[in-house]
Amino acid sequence: MTFSISVQTQDFDVGREYAELIAGDTAAGAVVFFVGRVRDLNNARDVTSMSLEHYPGMTEKILQQIMDETKTRWDLIAAHIVHRVGELQMGDQIVFVGVTSAHREHAFQAAEFLMDYLKTRAPFWKKESTKTGEVTWVDAKEGDEVRARRWYTDQQ
Amino acid sequence: MIQVLFLAQLREQLGVAELQVGADSVVSIATLKDYLVVNHPHWEQFLSNSKLLVAVNHQYVKTDVAIASGDEVAFFPPVTGG
Repeated sequence: MTFSISVQTQDFDVGREYAELIAGDTAAGAVVFFVGRVRDLNNARDVTSMSLEHYPGMTEKILQQIMDETKTRWDLIAAHIVHRVGELQMGDQIVFVGVTSAHREHAFQAAEFLMDYLKTRAPFWKKESTKTGEVTWVDAKEGDEVRARRWYTDQQ
Repeated sequence: MIQVLFLAQLREQLGVAELQVGADSVVSIATLKDYLVVNHPHWEQFLSNSKLLVAVNHQYVKTDVAIASGDEVAFFPPVTGG
């Protein structure tokens, strides 16, 4: 499980993910991870819950492609991506991205790259419910695409 | 047959999750869209959205490409995971 991808309905345990990332490994001097959660306020609306849909089959392939590209760009020892789907409540964990490397520069950059590409390429969609009963699909943010484009190379 | 999927908000807008189109009716993404709009005129406003993403057999396609029997084509809005 050095490099792993999981799309799942159940919650994840950050402590267990960390333990698995570094299990039996003394070369990884740097570990960086990111956790995304359902926040209470989005675009000035009181969010109470969220429904996460994805495109089974394509999601896993795209995440694998992003993982593969990350490995070609940085010297990583391990990386995990966990993304939840289904019904989530305010404060719930949505996504875990964790990477290990000999050095922090690689780990920081690889984790950020993974999240930037995941947010703009992996086929997930969020639908939010608010206190007033309003249900709306979340709009993609131009800022996320701008962040992803920072990583473009001449080949792209 | 070509398997056509509509996901997320687009599925709700069209009221259809998936359908099949005979491969003799369409040869590319562009002709598939034309075919869908001819058969469902009220879909045009949604399928003509320039932000719509298209995947063929789970890979993004950014330009018009040829499609053939057995292919799975998915149309969906910009992604919002993470």
